[in-house]
Amino acid sequence: MTGTGIRIEGLRKRYGSGDTAVDALKKVDMQVFPGEVVGLIGPSGSGKSTLLKCLGAVIEPTSGRMVLDDEVIYDDGWKVKDLRALRRDSIGFIFQAPYLISFLDVTDNIALLPMLAGKPNAEARGQALDLLKALDVEHRAKAMPSQLSGGEQQRVAIARGLVNRPPVILADEPTAPLDSERALAVIRILNEMARKYETAIIVVTHDEKIIPTFKRIYHIRDGVTYEEAGQGLEF
Amino acid sequence: MISLAGRDIMHSWGKFIFTGAGLGLLIGVTLSMAGIYRGMVDDAKVLLDNSGADLWVVQKDTLGPYAEPSSIYDDTWRGIRSMPGVSRTANVTYLTMQVRQGERDVRAMISGVTTGEPGTPGWPPYLVGGRQITRGHYEAVADVAAGFKLGERIKIRRNSYTVVGLTRRMVSSNGDPMVFIPLKDAQEAQFLKDNDAILQQRRRAAVNPAFNRPGVPGLLDAVIALQSTNPYVNAVLVQVASGHSAEEVAASIRRWKRLTVYTRSQMEEILVGKLIATSAKQIGMFLVILSIVSAAIVAFIIYTLTLGKIREIAVLKLIGTRNRTIAGLIMQQAIALGVIGFVVGKITATLVMAPIFPKYVLLEPLDSVKGFVAVVVICVISSIIAIRAALKVDPAEAIGG
Repeated sequence: MTGTGIRIEGLRKRYGSGDTAVDALKKVDMQVFPGEVVGLIGPSGSGKSTLLKCLGAVIEPTSGRMVLDDEVIYDDGWKVKDLRALRRDSIGFIFQAPYLISFLDVTDNIALLPMLAGKPNAEARGQALDLLKALDVEHRAKAMPSQLSGGEQQRVAIARGLVNRPPVILADEPTAPLDSERALAVIRILNEMARKYETAIIVVTHDEKIIPTFKRIYHIRDGVTYEEAGQGLEF
Repeated sequence: MISLAGRDIMHSWGKFIFTGAGLGLLIGVTLSMAGIYRGMVDDAKVLLDNSGADLWVVQKDTLGPYAEPSSIYDDTWRGIRSMPGVSRTANVTYLTMQVRQGERDVRAMISGVTTGEPGTPGWPPYLVGGRQITRGHYEAVADVAAGFKLGERIKIRRNSYTVVGLTRRMVSSNGDPMVFIPLKDAQEAQFLKDNDAILQQRRRAAVNPAFNRPGVPGLLDAVIALQSTNPYVNAVLVQVASGHSAEEVAASIRRWKRLTVYTRSQMEEILVGKLIATSAKQIGMFLVILSIVSAAIVAFIIYTLTLGKIREIAVLKLIGTRNRTIAGLIMQQAIALGVIGFVVGKITATLVMAPIFPKYVLLEPLDSVKGFVAVVVICVISSIIAIRAALKVDPAEAIGG
C-alpha cells in the first residue's frame, strides 16, 4: 500500500452556539500510519465518540484538517462530495457490538459492502470468503449471525470492516463484551490484519486488558489529544 | 446486488405469513363487499333479462313495477298488443312476501304470470327441474334459492300451491328468490283480505244509503262484486317485433295510451341507479373504511418492523448504503405483505365468503385486478411513514457515545 494512513491536524468540534456552546473537541492532532494499530483512550465525556464520528464522516467538524491517504478530505469544510461513498470505500467500522445484519448470512454480511460499491455478487462473495479464511471463520460462511458465538461475530464484524480494503478502520470498543482471552485474540487479529492489508486502525477503548498491547496511544481529555508511547507487549 | 427485502422476508417468513394472512382476511372482506355490489347489479340485470321484455308499460309517472308501486288495468294489454311494432304482451304482477312451507317461511318475490307458453314475457326462461305452470291456479315455479323442492306444497296468503318447476338465477333486486304463480292468483293475493275484513266491508256497503237507492236493484251486489275483485296488474311486458325500434314503439305507447313506458336501458338505470343506489353507497362507504383500516394496519406493521431494525438501518447507512436502497427495502416488504394479503384475501373471498354469503356475490376478474392495484398502492403509501422514520435514522447511532 502506498498511502500514508490518516493525519488529523487541529481538529475542533463545537456543539451549539453562544452561551450554550460546548467545545467537544478543542484540538485534536493525530497520525496513524498504514499497518499500525493505535489506541485512543479517555474518560467518559472526553470527546472520544465525537472524534470517532468526525473521523467517520458522520458529523462535520467545526474546523481543522483531515488527510486520508494523501487526500485532503476535510479542511475547514468537507472536500469530498459524497460522504456516503467515502464511508463505504475508505473507512472501515468495527463496533462495540458486532451489529451484523440479522437477516443476511455471514458471507453476505461481509459481501454487502463491495456489492453496495457496485461489485458483482460473485466477486464480492469471493472477497468475503477470502477474509473469512484469513480470520479462521470460513466454516461459518453460511451461518446466520444468531448462530455465531460472540467471538465469531466480532471476527465477522472485523472482516466486514476490512472487506473494501479501507485505508483506515475505526474500532469503537471492539473488545468490550469479550473476556480477556477473546479480547486479546481480537487485538491480535487487528494487528495481523493491519499489517497484512496495510490499514491504519484506531481502537477506542477503556479496556485495561488491551491497553498494554498498543505501541502508541492517544489520550484524549477535555477535547485535547496527547500522544504517548505504549508498552507494545507481545501476546 | 442482493435483495435485502427478500432476505429479510425469508429470514422472518413466519411473521410475514401470519401478518399477511391477517391482512388477507380484511382484503377478503373488501373483495367480498365489491362482489356483493356486483352481485346486486347482476341480479338487477338478470331480473330484466329473464323477464323477456323489451318494454315495461306502467302506471303514468311512476317508476314501476320494481322501484315504485304501479297499477294499471289488466285489460290494457289488449290495446297495446294491437299497436304497430308490438310482437307479444303479457300482464305481470309482483309482490314481495313471506312464503310458508311447512314450519318455515321464506321471503320471496311473487311474480304473477299470464297463461301461455315458454317464451311468454314474464315466464322463467329456463327450468332446472320439473315443468312450467300449465294450470290456471295453484301451481308454482320457484327459484332453487328459495329451498323448495318439486312437489312440495307452499302457502301464499291463504292459498296452497304445488311446486311444479324449479328455476335458477331468478331473484329480485334485493336478492329474494322469485316464485312464479298464475296471474289471477297473484292478483288475488295482492289485495286479499281476511274474512272479518270482507264481512266488515260488505256490512258497511250494505248500510250505505247511496248503494241502496230505491229503483236501482242490483247496485249493492255490483258494488260488493267490484270491491271483491282486483282488476289491476303492476305492468304490461312488451316484446317488440323484429324490424322495429323499442324507442319508437315506446314513444307510440306513451302518446296513444298515456302510460309510462321504459325501455331496457331506462329500466336498468332505474334498478341500478335508483333502487340499489343506497346499498351501493353503503357498500362504497364500507370499501372506503376497509381500505383505510387496511392501510392503517399495513402502515402500523411496516412501521413496527422498521423500528425493530433501527440499529441495523443505522449500520447500513454508516457503511454507505444509499437512502433509496433502504427505502426500497421497506417498500418492497410492504408490497410483499400486500401481495401475501391479496392472495389470502382472494382465496378467502372466492372459496369461503362467496359460497356461504346469503346474497349472490359476483367476483369479477377486473375487480380483482383493481383490488390488487389498490392493495399495492395502499401498501406503497402506508410504507411512507416507515420510510420517513428510517431515513431520519442518524448513522451516528451505530457508533456509541
